[in-house]
Formats: sequence, structure tokens, C-alpha cells
Amino acid sequence: MTSAPRRPDTPAAGKVLRVAGPVVVATGLDRTRLYNVVRVGRRRLIGEVIRLSGEMAVIQVYESTGGLQVGSDVIDTGAPLDVELGPGLLGQVFDGVQRPLRTLAADDDHPFGQPFLRRGIDVPALSEREWDVRLTVSVGDEVEVGDVVATVQETPAIDHRIMVPPGRAGRVTEVCNGPVMTSDAVIWTDDHPVALTSRWPVRLRRGAKQRLDPVTPLVTGQRVVDMLYPVARGGSAAIPGGFGTGKTVHEQTLAKWSDADVIIYVGCGERGNELAEVLEEFPRLVDPRSGASLMDRTILIANTSNMPVAAREASIYTAITIAEYYRDQGYDVAVMADSTSRWGEALREVSSRLEEMPGEEGYPAYLPSRLAEFYERSGAVEALGTPDRHGSVTVIGAVSPPGGDFSEPVTQYSLRLAGTFWALDADLARRRHYPAIHWNRSYSLYELDRWFDEHVDRDWSRHRAWALELLGREDELQSIVRLLGADALAPVERVTFHTGRVLREDFLQQSAFDEIDAFCPLAKQFWMLAVIRHAHDLLVDRASAEDVDAAELTSSPVLAELGRMKLWSPESCEERARELIGRLTAEVGTA
Amino acid sequence: MRDRGLRVVELRTVTYVSGPLLFIDHAHGVHAEEVVEVVTPDGEIRRGQVLEVDGAKAVIEVYSGTKGLDLATTRIRLGGDSARLGVGGGLLGRMFDGSGQPTDGGPPPMPEEFWDVNGLPINPAARRYPSEFIETGISTIDGLNTLVRGQKLPIFSGFGLPAGELAADIATHARVVGAEQDEFVVVFAAMGTTAREASFFRRHLEEGGRLNRTVLFLNLADDPTIERLLTPRLALTAAEFLAFERGMHVLVILTDMTNYCEALREVATAREEVPGRRGFPGYMYTDLASIFERAGRLHGHSGSVTQLVILSMPDDDITHPIPDLSGYITEGQIVLSRDLHRRGLFPPVDVLPSLSRLMNAGIGAGKTREDHRPIADQLYSFYAQGRDLRRLIAVVGEGSLSPADRRLLAFADAFEQRFVDQDGRRPLTETLEIAWKLLADFGNDELKRIPPDMLERYRTDD
Ligand SMILES: Nc1ncnc2c1ncn2[C@@H]1O[C@H](COP(=O)(O)OP(=O)(O)OP(=O)(O)O)[C@@H](O)[C@H]1O
Ligand SMILES: [Mg+2]
Repeated sequence: MTSAPRRPDTPAAGKVLRVAGPVVVATGLDRTRLYNVVRVGRRRLIGEVIRLSGEMAVIQVYESTGGLQVGSDVIDTGAPLDVELGPGLLGQVFDGVQRPLRTLAADDDHPFGQPFLRRGIDVPALSEREWDVRLTVSVGDEVEVGDVVATVQETPAIDHRIMVPPGRAGRVTEVCNGPVMTSDAVIWTDDHPVALTSRWPVRLRRGAKQRLDPVTPLVTGQRVVDMLYPVARGGSAAIPGGFGTGKTVHEQTLAKWSDADVIIYVGCGERGNELAEVLEEFPRLVDPRSGASLMDRTILIANTSNMPVAAREASIYTAITIAEYYRDQGYDVAVMADSTSRWGEALREVSSRLEEMPGEEGYPAYLPSRLAEFYERSGAVEALGTPDRHGSVTVIGAVSPPGGDFSEPVTQYSLRLAGTFWALDADLARRRHYPAIHWNRSYSLYELDRWFDEHVDRDWSRHRAWALELLGREDELQSIVRLLGADALAPVERVTFHTGRVLREDFLQQSAFDEIDAFCPLAKQFWMLAVIRHAHDLLVDRASAEDVDAAELTSSPVLAELGRMKLWSPESCEERARELIGRLTAEVGTA
Repeated sequence: MRDRGLRVVELRTVTYVSGPLLFIDHAHGVHAEEVVEVVTPDGEIRRGQVLEVDGAKAVIEVYSGTKGLDLATTRIRLGGDSARLGVGGGLLGRMFDGSGQPTDGGPPPMPEEFWDVNGLPINPAARRYPSEFIETGISTIDGLNTLVRGQKLPIFSGFGLPAGELAADIATHARVVGAEQDEFVVVFAAMGTTAREASFFRRHLEEGGRLNRTVLFLNLADDPTIERLLTPRLALTAAEFLAFERGMHVLVILTDMTNYCEALREVATAREEVPGRRGFPGYMYTDLASIFERAGRLHGHSGSVTQLVILSMPDDDITHPIPDLSGYITEGQIVLSRDLHRRGLFPPVDVLPSLSRLMNAGIGAGKTREDHRPIADQLYSFYAQGRDLRRLIAVVGEGSLSPADRRLLAFADAFEQRFVDQDGRRPLTETLEIAWKLLADFGNDELKRIPPDMLERYRTDD
């Protein structure tokens, strides 16, 4: 954004005419284009042209506009808002317009200002350092856009692939020799440099050879997700919920444990401490698949609620563009956006300053199309160029509905776009049933049963269907009990009632803070459910065959073991499950 | 609040006065958001702030109201600077009005520096995650919704509920285990509170011997409403100075944010903005965040700013935009219940909707006790079930309850009487002791939230 290529002629200079919060109206920018980046005022605040009308350019400013005057200078950079892409992104924290926040925090020439964000600061996103490059092409080769020409070991787990950017296809005329610096070229095609880093306009989606059907789940280690409502790699999920119901914990949990290669975590209009938490925790956690630090596969985009509101809008685009870039290298990327509502509110705030005609709840009429643009940038693709690479971007968007009421516009439009819906329930959160994802109100439109049957156990989908049905049945029984008391249930119904509770408490509840249970591998999920189902079948047989007291049946001491399965170590879970199934048959199966 | 620098421009071009707003013309050279002085026809000086500049026009909000202003003789003085507070060690022990003028009879304290009252956003990468347990002496907070240094935690109250008493108790009793007590200072900001409440608070701190470690900014019920937009910013600027320049641990108490939000609505209405939910402006979330996010700890700085914010829920409605938007920004909430209050319990904290999001970082082995989290989860689970059963027996009667259900019902009552209700300060160890006693009636298999080894170590029901 800052060192963007400028037009050779002198930049057009305009003048501020009006300042209203994050919106500035300027005149005299005759040659500017929509979405060009401009610099406003003495401090050269970063802004983006969002509307042109007659003489006037409307600019949303990504920094606080306090102190600007009518007549202040506005300079057109001639380039749209873009991001810098290249090795060194992983492990970093950026603000909404990709300024490196850790670099800014470490800047110690200002004794007190340093932990606070000052305005008009220009720092390149990627810091200058040396990289070892492995070339995959040689002089004389013909290369196309998207071809991998070199790789760089960015982190122990990620081999960063340098691809030919648009406009640079051609014959390789020169290659680098030995390590290069961040800003250097790795090869030359037709005598033009192909640099280690490249830039991409954030509002433009990156192309691919073709879109692929999402048929593989993003495995999260969360039982309610993987077993009941999974999301596909390249798919999208929305998680709406009132305040304190668990959106952020869920996003962070998935950022920690899901089996994506790269995680982009966007704190959009949320709390500073939540990012501090990620920054303190992730470097200490080990990625179970790569053995490296979790921070090594994570990029944070932080535009907290007290940071300039317009930059929230940019942060989502910055994130998704970086995600597409890693996707094109052939990686599975997950974007956690917390919260898309704050992004929607930023649109609303800017729109209302423009005195646009408000739509539903004051949101601009283009809210649904903007949301769609974002969600539609998720997907599994076959990337451009050679060698063949498949990658995906999965989007997981938190939604913060006012008053926890899901009928509001951002929730409703998100539901139309996302394939998986995790409905957070305030009542469950109040009773500390975590994750507070409601089992009867959530859904997943992805057809992933086959994958699970093939990769975990062929009974996976049958157990899943059984669990869903039982939970639905329990819900009906609940309403009977609420009206008539538990006495009104027949013995078999009492068993169902009992098993529903076991499913909720001993299977679906999963504390994100429990050392063992925070992550539950698929095999363990399967065996836990297999045990519960076995116990249920035994109880139903007994309850329907004999004249026994269901309450007595369900109080058999061996059943209490079901509550301890969460703490089983993943390695021994199958063995322990088989043993418990045996004990259940012996102790519950017969009178 | 004081302004520094020379007054460079004086305008006499007021064209329109409406509510708290002044509209001026020929406003060349006006800076967005700069602070101005408004000289009334009687020569009185009032402070205001520029809200918008548009060509030759500007809109100004006047903190102390527009009463008595005219178009012909009212003058506007521009200094080109934002609102600033003179900060220094001399703030401690002093009392100011809601715009920062001393009201304790003393001279203005010697400023060491003038700080912009709007502060600057904290770089999230510079934050230190809060993790130090503050013992408030209140069981429902320490045991179940633990407060930590650098947290922002509101008390969701209702009109007539004792939020002020609870906050005053915490301000006088709170301590950090192992820390020196005089590191801890209180900055109190009142927005539209009654003189009775303000003096109650002051007396409480005085009796606790903490008044000389306190800074008070009081905008009372009959003080200008628009000034309330300034008061919390003054308080937080003072707090940031004491915390990050002086290394102190500052507890900021803001009361009542509902009055603040109403002032915000008043300005929005006068500007004829498109109203959001219940007439509050669409940017209220962002505005509140610019206050609440000014809490925390920083790398390389020893002090901290902790916020305890009181807000009244209109009609006790937690979905009202004021508590709703606050809850989306703060790190949890303590919710007071009218029902518990009517039944004479103090503090009347309804633990079910209450939450502290930073609790996990501040508790557990090495910080409080290893059984702290499991105990809290177990109490929550039983109390939620007990409360459901209370509703159930209202329909089907007690007769249909199983013995297990009866125990849960009894638990809910005992929990309220013995755990929630308290008389005087309780150390955490005592809070946990009471908790274990309440669980004594349940078998180990029923205590699902507590790991077996902890049951063995801590169960006290022999
Ligand atoms: N899976 C979980 N395991 C354990 N605790 C959880 C879990 N999910 C949520 N919680 C608890 O709920 C609290 C609130 O969760 P979280 O901060 O994620 O809410 P939120 O929906 O993001 O709220 P807001 O919209 O205000 O940001 C957490 O601090 C934690 O105590
Ligand atoms: Mg959250």
C-alpha cells in the first residue's frame, strides 16, 4: 500500500473539503480512480477513494482524522490498496492495512508513545532479511503465470513457493545466485525481474485454473464440529452468537487445532487482549502435525475495536488476499474472521457519513453483495501454473447479532452464504455447556460422510445419524417432562432421555481449556460415540424386555465411566473403548 | 481539563444553535475534532469540540450546553489543538468536576505534561495478557467470575440496585495477593450520578483510608449532560498517566455509562443522524470501545489500568443496546438481579448470566488453587439445574421429583444463602471452602466437572 508503484508524472494533489469522522471529501483529484490509495494531510494519513461524484472524491481514511482542516492536501498514489506477499508473512501481526504491529511496538525511539499507535506511519510489511532460495527453473525455460520458479523454507513446515506474477510470463533470461534479500529478484524473465515478493490489490480475487468441489473436511478435533456439523476444506462456516457465548474461543480453538496448513486470524473490531492472548499462547503451543510452534503457521490481522473504523473494512480483504496467496502455493488455509459484524458496522458507519439511503437496520443496500464477495473467496482450487497444486481457503466467520437476535441482516445474509452454521445458544453458555453450539439448531450442508467412513471407520456416518436422531428425540421428551414431569415417560423413553443427557454432557461438552480434551482426534470421537451407543442399545433392550425400573437401570455404576472417556489418552482410546464395551455388556446387558 | 497553546483565531459567525450544537460559518482553518472555547454574551467561557468541518461551515458540540448563547455576540476561540488534561503526580487525592476543574477548593494541580484526553489506541502487539488475580473479597466474583489486573469488567445493574455499594466495596477491599497495597490507586468518574451516590463513594474510600490514593472526576446529575462525553476520557487519561508513567496499578470506576450513552444519543439526535436501535447512534459500539479498550497492561511497563464500569440496564433488559454493546466490548459482566435484591441478598449477583472472560488466565495451580476452575464449573452446572427445577416444580409440583432432583433444588437455595449472600470481606480460601461444603451432599459420580484426584484431595465431607 505504501511503496506502491506510482505513476511517473507528478501525483495529482487535491484539497480536503469536508471531514466527518472517518470520511473525507476532497476536490481536485480529477484523475484518480475508484479504490485508489490517497494520502491525506500533513501526516499523510492513508485513505482509499470509495466514491467519485462530479468534482468530488469520497475517501475513507484508515487513521483518525482529528486535526485535518478544510484545504489540507490530498495526494493520489495512483495505485489501489494492495498487500505485500512473500516469505516472512507467517508468524506476523499486521493491522488492517498490513502495517507490521510488532515492528511498531518495538520501535523504541519514543519512550511513551511506543505501545500506542501513532498516525501516518510508513513501515514495509515484510522486513528485509536474507533468504536461501532453491530455484526450480533454469535460464532458457519458458514460464507461465502461476508457475513455481523458486522455493524458500519460510518456516519448518511451510515451503514458500515463488510464483510468476501476471505480466511476467516469458523466457527465463537470468537467475539469482545464492541467497537473496526480501526485496531482491529471484529470476528475470525477458530481462524483467521476478521478485521474491509481489503485490496484489486486496479487492481483486486471485485467479485459479478451476474450482474444485469441497469433499474433504477441515478436521478440528471438536466433537460437535467433526461428528455433527463439519465444515469442508474450501467451504465456509458462520458462527453467530450473542456476547460471551463463545465465538472467539471457538475461532481460537479452530486456529489452534484444525488441520489447515496456514491460519489467518482476523481480529476485526474486537478486543486487543484477545490478540495479545494469541500472541502469548500460540508461540508456546506445538502444532501436532508439524512439531513446530503454532505461531509458525499463523498470521494475525488485528484491527481492534478502538483502532480506526474504516480499516476494519480493509482488514477482511487484506486477510483473504493473503489466504489466496498461500492457497495458490498449494496449501490449505483457514481464515478466522472475528467478527464479520464489526466489518458490516464499519460499512454502515461510512455509508451513513455519506448520507446514503439506509437499508435494513441502517446497513447500506450493498451489505449482502459485499458479504457475498467475501464468502465467495473461499473455495478449493487447482492453482494456475505448474507443477499441479491444489489448495483451499476455508472461511470461518463469527457474527455478533445485536441482542443475540439471529433475525438481523448480517446473520441472515451470512447464513445464506455459509455452508455450515454453528448456532451459539446463550442459555447453554449460561449453564457453562461449552462449546455452546446448539445441536438441534446448527447444520452442515457439506456431504462429508463418505470421507469419514473411508478414513476413520465405516460406521462413522451411521453413528452420526443415530446421535442426531437421538438428540432430536430427547428434545421432544424434554418438552413432555417440562409439562408433565419425568413420571410421564415410558421406560424406553426414559432411557432415551438418559442417553440424550449423556450425549450432551459426556460427548458434546468439550472444554477448550482442558489439557487433554481440548483436542479430540477423530478415532477417539468415534470410539466415545460407539461406547455411548452400545450402552444405549443395552439399556433399551433391558427396558423393553423386562419390567425394570428405568431409573435403577440408568444408575448402574459402570455407566459413570462414560463420563470419564473425555480424559482417555488418544493412544489407548480404542483399547479402553473395547474394554468398556465388554464391561457394559456384562454389567448392564443382563439382569 | 486545561488547554495549552495560544488562541490563534476568534470567530463571531454562529449561524444556528440547536440542542447542544453550534453551527458556525466562515470557519476557515478549523481543525477536525479540535477543542474550542465558546465565549457567551455574558463573557462566560465554555468548552466545546468540533464535530465536523464542511467547506466554510463547522459543527461544534458545547460540553456545558448552549443555554444563553446568541448568534450576534457569541464568540468562538480556536486553538487548533485537541482536548488535553494536565497530568502529574499532583492529581492524586484531588477532586474535579466533570470537565476537569478542581472542586475541592485547592488550586489546579501542577501539570507535568498535557495529554490528549482521547488517548491513542494501544497497539495490540504491545499488550501483556492480563493474568494477575485481584481478590475482591466477593465470593461470586472471586470464586466464579474472577477479576484480573488490566481487565474491563462492567456491573450490569438496574435502577435502585446496589451497584454503587458493590463497586465501593471492591474499591476499598480489592488487593492483589503478594503486592504492595499502596501501588493500588482508584480513579473514579461519575457521569450524571446523584450527589448522594458520589458522596457515599467518597466517604467509603475515606473510611477505608484510600482517599489520598484516589482521583475523583464528578459530573453530577444536575451538571451539563454533554460534559459526560468528556468525563470518562479525563479519568482514563489520568489513569494511563499513573499506570504507564508512574507504574501504578489503577482501578478506574466509571458510573453510570447509561448516562454517558444518553448524552451520546442527544448529540446524535441534534445532528439529525439516522438513528440506530432505540435511537442510539450506529457508531456507539466504536465510541464505547474507545473508552473500554483503554484498559490493560503493556510490555515494558509495570502498571495497569483495570476498569470497573457500572451501567444501568433500562427496564432491566440485558438486550437493550447499552448493556448489549458494552457486553460485546468488555471482558465479561457481573449481572445484578432484582429478585435476589428483593430477597435481601447482598451482593445480589446473578451468576448465570455473569462471566469473566479473563478468569482462566488468573486462576489455577500456582495462581489461586488447582481446584478453582473445576469447582466453578460444578457450581454453575448444579445451580443452573436447580434453577430449572424451581421453574419445573411451579408447573408439576415437587411430588414428581427424584431424590437427585430434590438435592439440586436444595443446592440452589443453599448456594444463594451461603455462597452468594455475604456480610463483609471473604478471602478466596474461604469462598472455596464454602463451595466444597455445598457439594458435600453429592456423590463423586455426580461431580462430573471435578477430576477424581481433586475430589480426593479437597472433599471435606467426612
Ligand atoms: N469451548 C469452550 N470451552 C470452555 N470455555 C468456553 C468455551 N467457549 C466459551 N467459553 C467461555 O465463554 C467465555 C466467552 O467466550 P468468548 O469470549 O468466545 O465469547 P464471544 O462469543 O466471542 O463474545 P463477544 O461477542 O463478546 O466477543 C470465555 O471466556 C470462556 O470462559
Ligand atoms: Mg469474541
